Amino acid sequence: MALLGRAALIATLALLVFAALVGGYAALRARRDLAESARNALLASFATTAAASAVLVAGFVRRDFALVYVADHSSRQLPLVYTLAGFWSGEAGSLLLWLLVLTGMSAIAIVCNRRLVADVLPWTVPVLAAITCFFAFVLVFVSSPFATQRAPVNGAGMNVSLQNPYMLVHPPLLYLGYVGLTIPFGFAMAAMLSRRTDERWLVAIRRWTLTSWTLLGVAILVGARWAYETIGWGGYYAWDPVENAALMPWLASTAFLHSVMVQEKKAMLRVWNVILVSLAFWLSIFGTFLTRSGVVNSIHSFSQSSIGAWFLGFIAIVTAVATVLILKRLPVLRTPSRLESLASREAAFLYNNLLLVAFALTLLWGVAFPLVSQALRGQTWSVGPPYYNFFLRVFGLPLLLLMAVGPVIAWRRASLRSLARGLGWPALAAGLAGALLLAGGAGSSPPGLAAYTFAVFILGVIVLEFVRGTRARKALGSANWAGAFVSLVARNRRRYGGYVSHAAVALLAIGIAGSSAYASSASARLQPGQTISVPGYTLRYDGTTFRRGANHDELRAHLAVFRNGKPDGSVAAGKNNYHVEAFFSNAVAIRTDWLRAEDLFVIADQFNRDGSVDLRVIVNPLVDLIWIAGAVFLVGSLIAMWPDACEKRRLARRTLELRLARA
Amino acid sequence: MQALIVALSALALAAVVCFVASPLLRGPAPVHDYAAGDDAARLAALERRDRALAALKELEFDHRTGKVSDRDYHGLLAGLRAEAADALRTITAAAPDAAPRPHARPARPRRAPAAAARWSRR
Repeated sequence: MALLGRAALIATLALLVFAALVGGYAALRARRDLAESARNALLASFATTAAASAVLVAGFVRRDFALVYVADHSSRQLPLVYTLAGFWSGEAGSLLLWLLVLTGMSAIAIVCNRRLVADVLPWTVPVLAAITCFFAFVLVFVSSPFATQRAPVNGAGMNVSLQNPYMLVHPPLLYLGYVGLTIPFGFAMAAMLSRRTDERWLVAIRRWTLTSWTLLGVAILVGARWAYETIGWGGYYAWDPVENAALMPWLASTAFLHSVMVQEKKAMLRVWNVILVSLAFWLSIFGTFLTRSGVVNSIHSFSQSSIGAWFLGFIAIVTAVATVLILKRLPVLRTPSRLESLASREAAFLYNNLLLVAFALTLLWGVAFPLVSQALRGQTWSVGPPYYNFFLRVFGLPLLLLMAVGPVIAWRRASLRSLARGLGWPALAAGLAGALLLAGGAGSSPPGLAAYTFAVFILGVIVLEFVRGTRARKALGSANWAGAFVSLVARNRRRYGGYVSHAAVALLAIGIAGSSAYASSASARLQPGQTISVPGYTLRYDGTTFRRGANHDELRAHLAVFRNGKPDGSVAAGKNNYHVEAFFSNAVAIRTDWLRAEDLFVIADQFNRDGSVDLRVIVNPLVDLIWIAGAVFLVGSLIAMWPDACEKRRLARRTLELRLARA
Repeated sequence: MQALIVALSALALAAVVCFVASPLLRGPAPVHDYAAGDDAARLAALERRDRALAALKELEFDHRTGKVSDRDYHGLLAGLRAEAADALRTITAAAPDAAPRPHARPARPRRAPAAAARWSRR
């Protein structure tokens, strides 16, 4: 079976090399037969990669420990569902997953856009194939999941941090997000190579970028939830380099999704958009380099290997090629359009872009600082949460403010009067909310208070936008209010889907501000019968229990919960002992009050021989708004990415007109 | 079992080779140059027209929702109309008989014409 897997990977590499070289030649010489053959090779590479992946999955299902990778990442005791997740729990498997997703997405992108950008595709195929070649090369020659050995009796088991339901979906979502950003980059490079820099390549990639952005955003939140439940320090995001590695391309994609509208409406920012697409792709590869190379110390970085140098070389080549190509195509990309006013929608998008990119680059500097200091001074210095928190406030709060102001500013120019009309009520609501919060004692954290106030401002603006839009649609002839509302959203899905996503960010801001600025905690060593109190809660330690699980033992401290003096159920926090992996992990207790969006978070730090337990209890106010924001974000993204029939008609009409003109 | 796997793999490989080689087996393909000057200019004009028309539509709606004041509306309206008219003039000057009405709903084309011309066989 291992031989079959290796053969499939070699076939993938051969097909991709063919697609890159022959496709490039065909595009240069405009040879249709060769271009189609290269396209077919790229499509076939997905089938061969799927075959290789199937072999690896079969190895895990059969617990074939003759495969080194299977033996290193599973055991006979591991439940089947986690055994399957072993596919992506190590370096070689995750690279294979990357290759599978990349070949699959490339195939879908090529097939879906064969009519829209038929003249750009001959260049897209070799560009995507060349990028994909790198991953196939690494899997064939550097880090193969099909290395074999004399089969041991049992495997080494799986990293216990990965034995969590969230880890079943987090890595695939993350990879879908990362890999999805390759497609826009491939189309951007192809558009420049073919000198077809009109609107079509943007239309072709917009939904891809939106999809990748959504998946990456959801993956970040799922990862945060995993960290919240598994790591057991009471938080969900610690500015870890690998966490930041996912956030950076997400920020760059966010900037692109805003600036692409400026190009569509005003034919501006064409160079900037190509740079943003390239930056998002570059950051996704850099994030993978961080995760896979082991150059940074991170709880999320599961491998120490030698593929870092290969990634670094690939990143250097990508940077050089993209830079040279953008510089060479500057005359084609530049447009005569200029900003008409600094108070306009396009100007607001520009400010938003500058803040987002500045924040992404600040994160990049923070992540790369240990590498830079090691290279320049021979010492590894790293920056901690204070650095990131400072810049989160510096860039995040103005971004929140822009998110409130942006939707009410008209394209081209806006007068003060219309701005005041659009912002008056939401500003009043935000001011009132701020005053109430200040009176309620929320002034202890000025950034938290500002985040709350701005979030209310954003939500106010969004509600008003929906109300005014629905009223206008009703006046234009909709039969009833529900019909007017549906018609409003359906006619401009991107705008109103975007507003829903803005609402998600406002909820996220409230959740982050509430849980980080206003959390309270207490620690104590308790004997059975003793209590510990935090604001609003008292917990009584009732004793411990022991239970033997499938592949681990569970030790739990049971605590009765009293809310404002009244009994309110119980929680159990403790530790798990994984036999095969010889590892102890925290099993925190989380009690969620959905009405208040508040969590009671209990960590049993240590069980002592005298029967006592060291407990840490944290009350995280509003933290659940973060997870609710994830659901709202998903809804907004789905609305925005839903196919737009009007746009399809417009592009088809344009194509027909061109055809008629040529006839 | 192993023999079956080898046989199936060989069959799959043959299928892949046929799939990749099939476009090459249809006979010699012509060589075309990239020469899209006219198409590119026309496409740019069509994009400019569509952009102006979409902006007019959006301006109208923004005016209705109160986002754009009456004064701004009239100022912007004139500019956008002029832009749309200019783009239409460019298009009609290039091909006076060929351009259909901008809002006509066309049949779905099978392939972008510029590409179809360049990448088609003679």
